[in-house]
Amino acid sequence: MLKSIRLLALVLPIAGATSVLAAGSEADFKAAYAAAEAANKEAAALRNQWTTTAAAMAAAKKAADTGDFDEAIASSKEAEALAKASIFQATSEKEAWKALEIR
Amino acid sequence: MSGEVNVRSAIHFASAALALAVLAFGAIQPAVAADTPDPAADAKAFRNYFTQKFPKLKLEDFVNGPYSMNEDMHRQWEEKEQFPPYDFSLDMGKEMFSKPFKNGKSYADCFPNKGIGIRQNYPYFDEKEGKVITLELALNRCREANGEPPFSYVKDEMAALTAYMAFTSRGKPFDIKIPGDPRALEAYQNGKRYFYTRRGQLNFSCATCHVQSPGERIRAEVLAPALGILNAMPIYRSEWGGMGTISRRFTTCNSQIRGVPLNPQDDEYRDLEYYLSYVSNGLPISGPGARP
Repeated sequence: MLKSIRLLALVLPIAGATSVLAAGSEADFKAAYAAAEAANKEAAALRNQWTTTAAAMAAAKKAADTGDFDEAIASSKEAEALAKASIFQATSEKEAWKALEIR
Repeated sequence: MSGEVNVRSAIHFASAALALAVLAFGAIQPAVAADTPDPAADAKAFRNYFTQKFPKLKLEDFVNGPYSMNEDMHRQWEEKEQFPPYDFSLDMGKEMFSKPFKNGKSYADCFPNKGIGIRQNYPYFDEKEGKVITLELALNRCREANGEPPFSYVKDEMAALTAYMAFTSRGKPFDIKIPGDPRALEAYQNGKRYFYTRRGQLNFSCATCHVQSPGERIRAEVLAPALGILNAMPIYRSEWGGMGTISRRFTTCNSQIRGVPLNPQDDEYRDLEYYLSYVSNGLPISGPGARP
């Protein structure tokens, strides 16, 4: 019993520290948003932005404005993933479009 | 004896070299052909594809888009044409076209044949500028050259003006030319690439709907074939509750597939219009049109 309590005493502070670390901060949001913005800028240079990227970025900003940084970070990461997918699409389509051509 | 052997080996060597040359030529030739744009061959293949896909459809009926795809839709079109919803826009365009600008000049002064019966020649490649000039662009340039502010490219006044100009050209076959300027061929090729390139989160190209699936439904809409798809422009769309230009059609197609549209009259859209109009050469102008 004593052993279990000792173990719990050891685990609880670690769990607490982890949850503090997991909570998103404004700085984390800013970094995640900047990454999304950079990827979306690259998609713009390829003339291939997606509306869903813009929507996820708008949602991130809105969440950050209300102080919900967890949500803001999640939306930023979603936006970054979408922007990266649009970059992949534009890059692969440089050659892949030919497969659809009527010949 | 040794002379005979020498001759024989020379013949063998020559035959092998010839065979290699034939193989090499044969291997390289299709790759070169595939990468060199051939608009005339493209247009022929494009037309064949659609006429084989819809063997019962008369060639000139392709310009009626979804209304050409089955008998029920065609009946709807005939009924719609009794009291066409684009009429108000046509009247407005006619009035605007004849009304002089503040400087006394008019649209007629900016176009060949005073702007009447010329829709089938647009877009054209301007060798001086090195770019494709669409009718919508030419109209706004005409306005600006005469001290008038440009119109929005997507609807209202621009749709009215192009409706009137299309109306005066009804029945005239598209006659888009690609001059012997490498930049014209490049513009054509860029338009073709844009047409077939997948974009947007839905990963659709223009061809996904209008080559692979014409006549099929996408939600409640029947998809139009790409052949003759611009001949009826501008159009009154019930879905829009009003008129729309080619610029409107291109930008809304992009947003429907969850892609951020480019600006109307950006080079990509001008080249796309050039390509799509060229491959519909010979089909009659039928604009303004109406669509569900």
